[in-house]
Amino acid sequence: MSATGINWFKYSSPQALYPLAGRMIPWFAAFALALIGVGLYVGFFVAPTDVTQGDAYRIIFVHVPAAWMSMFLYVIMAIWAGLGLGLNARPSFMMAQAIAPTGAMFTFLALFTGSMWGKPTWGAWWVWDARLTSELILLFQYIGIILLRSSIDDLRRADRASAVLALVGVINVPIIYFSVRWWNTLHQGASVSITAAPTMAGTMVTAMLVMMFGFWMYSIAVTLARMRCVIVERERQPSWDKQASIPDVVEAR
Amino acid sequence: MGTSDGAGNRLTNSTTHEDSTLPCYFSFDLSGVSPNMFQTVALSGSRGERQLFSDVSVTVKPGTLLAVVGENGSGKTSFLRMLCGLLSPDGGTILWQGKDIRRLKELYSAQLTYVGHLNGIKDELTPVENLTVSACLAGDESSGAIVQKALEAVGLVRPVHRLPTRVLSQGQKRRVSLARLWLSTRPLWLLDEPFASLDAAATSYLTQRLHAHLHNDGMVVVATHQEIDLPPDCIQHLRLTR
Amino acid sequence: MSQPSMSEALRGVVRRDLLLAMRHRSDVAMSVFFVVIVASLFPLGVGPEPAVLRVIASGVLWVTALLACLLSLGRLFTADYLDGVLEQTLLIPQPLAVLVVGKVFSHWVISGLPVVLLSPLLGLQFGLSGDSLWVLTLSLLLGTPTLSMIGAVGAALTLGLRGSGLLVALLVLPLFIPVLIFGAGAVTNSLAGIGSEANLSLLGACFLFSFAFAPWATAVALRIALE
Repeated sequence: MSATGINWFKYSSPQALYPLAGRMIPWFAAFALALIGVGLYVGFFVAPTDVTQGDAYRIIFVHVPAAWMSMFLYVIMAIWAGLGLGLNARPSFMMAQAIAPTGAMFTFLALFTGSMWGKPTWGAWWVWDARLTSELILLFQYIGIILLRSSIDDLRRADRASAVLALVGVINVPIIYFSVRWWNTLHQGASVSITAAPTMAGTMVTAMLVMMFGFWMYSIAVTLARMRCVIVERERQPSWDKQASIPDVVEAR
Repeated sequence: MGTSDGAGNRLTNSTTHEDSTLPCYFSFDLSGVSPNMFQTVALSGSRGERQLFSDVSVTVKPGTLLAVVGENGSGKTSFLRMLCGLLSPDGGTILWQGKDIRRLKELYSAQLTYVGHLNGIKDELTPVENLTVSACLAGDESSGAIVQKALEAVGLVRPVHRLPTRVLSQGQKRRVSLARLWLSTRPLWLLDEPFASLDAAATSYLTQRLHAHLHNDGMVVVATHQEIDLPPDCIQHLRLTR
Repeated sequence: MSQPSMSEALRGVVRRDLLLAMRHRSDVAMSVFFVVIVASLFPLGVGPEPAVLRVIASGVLWVTALLACLLSLGRLFTADYLDGVLEQTLLIPQPLAVLVVGKVFSHWVISGLPVVLLSPLLGLQFGLSGDSLWVLTLSLLLGTPTLSMIGAVGAALTLGLRGSGLLVALLVLPLFIPVLIFGAGAVTNSLAGIGSEANLSLLGACFLFSFAFAPWATAVALRIALE
């Protein structure tokens, strides 16, 4: 803590997190807007037309980053869940709670855009290929976590139970991926990967990475905003923190 | 009264109206017996949004009974469940022989017998089967004869022993649940409203059994509404406050 | 102070559940009848052509077994939770994960094993024969305990919640999918004449993996539910 000069534990109470989050949101939102704007421009106007797929392929600039984000966010959510269980820390559970809906949204976006890509490419609105099917199962996992939390009235049990489910689910994600690929390998093989040489034109890769960072900034902004809502909601029921009340939290801005 | 060895340690004691074939002695490490065997330090708890109690520090000495009193909803059950280790307190610690029970885990669970609100018995099994299983899972004596004696000690007559528990009355089911106290050789008993549903006869049997347990340097924590008929010098009261 | 040994505690837990099952023999029958009836629905829905049935057999029979397991999960912990036996189980001074394995084992003996034993007959109904019948039985033998073990995590997380039947299905089905893929895949491969060893080994790996981690996750979930 003191080694880095920042006392992290100062931020472990909701009263401190609320204003901190409030200050950070506009920055991330601005970055998100900028990056997504640039990414879309490059993807839709600058990148060359694909030889085989024509212009319909451009949906890939939304589909692939969305799919990456959906998996990335699940892992981040699981990390916060694990920290919450391990350290018994409220803010960690709140972060996990705030991330889940955004992750679900990206998963849905990936499925929707994947379907839109599939129609002109394979002629069907839905194909049971490995990647899309894995995304679908990931969506089920997100929904399961959100529904479990909303089914439990007791806050502490809801936090801990959904954290356990998130951790169990994160172990399942690679297993699903492997087993669904084992089951069917029809989807276009990964044409963008960090280690392999890109098989796509440079601008395409750039556009996708820019979009991914844009989505990342967006996720952070939205998660922080949602977390502020979670804080206000919880402080109306001061179960763990007896001193907090809404006026305090709002005034702390 | 009891017999004791040269060091003044209690060894055996006869209990109630039953003969000495029922176990009524403990074999916990007597060198560890100290006045501060079981204590809570600044314990606080809440349930959902409600703060139940805070800063409860109490010591239960060997040979004493702690009666936890308070109105309905004051947190007596939550307090007892914290003492069992089933519920995590908001703050404070519970110490057994000076060590935090959260660190002791199973070593601590082996020291206690808990009889909660729910009876913890299966309706489809007979009282004999239920008690045999609970005794077996507690590592206590569970042979047929001893189990029957324990059921008789709590006031259940022989014909009832082999009926499915589901046909018994509330009071009888409660007696089946409490019968494990006659087989328990554990030093700490945590009882949640044990006298509820009991008639006068059963109440007196239970009181006698508690008395015998206390006489053996056992400890009891009881959540209760009623007065317990025991010598005042071995009872302490705790009223839970916010 | 008295303490049961780990094997005494395990045997006690298993013995109680099996004793209860003997008092309620209908529980065993229910799983069996469910599987028989549901498996019969498919030919009624799809048509009795043997060629078609043979193709869908592996999937249909596996999904049916999976649904039977799913529906029986409600019986795993709920009764014990409601009558206070579960909190007594949590207080037994032995690792809860071990006791969970005992509960899942007795649950599987009651709801899973009958399905495994019945599966050759069902396979015959769908036109499977010879090797593929063996593979079906073996895959279910490996798969159903795995499903019970994974399902226990979901059952523990949703303990006592209203609507828990549907909720546990939603939570647990994504976790069941790999087992389904490998299990049904084994039978499909065997029908196609390709060896099913790969699928069966993967199924075995799932079995070992689930028994390594799921009991512990279930124990954590049970403690959370009983707070």
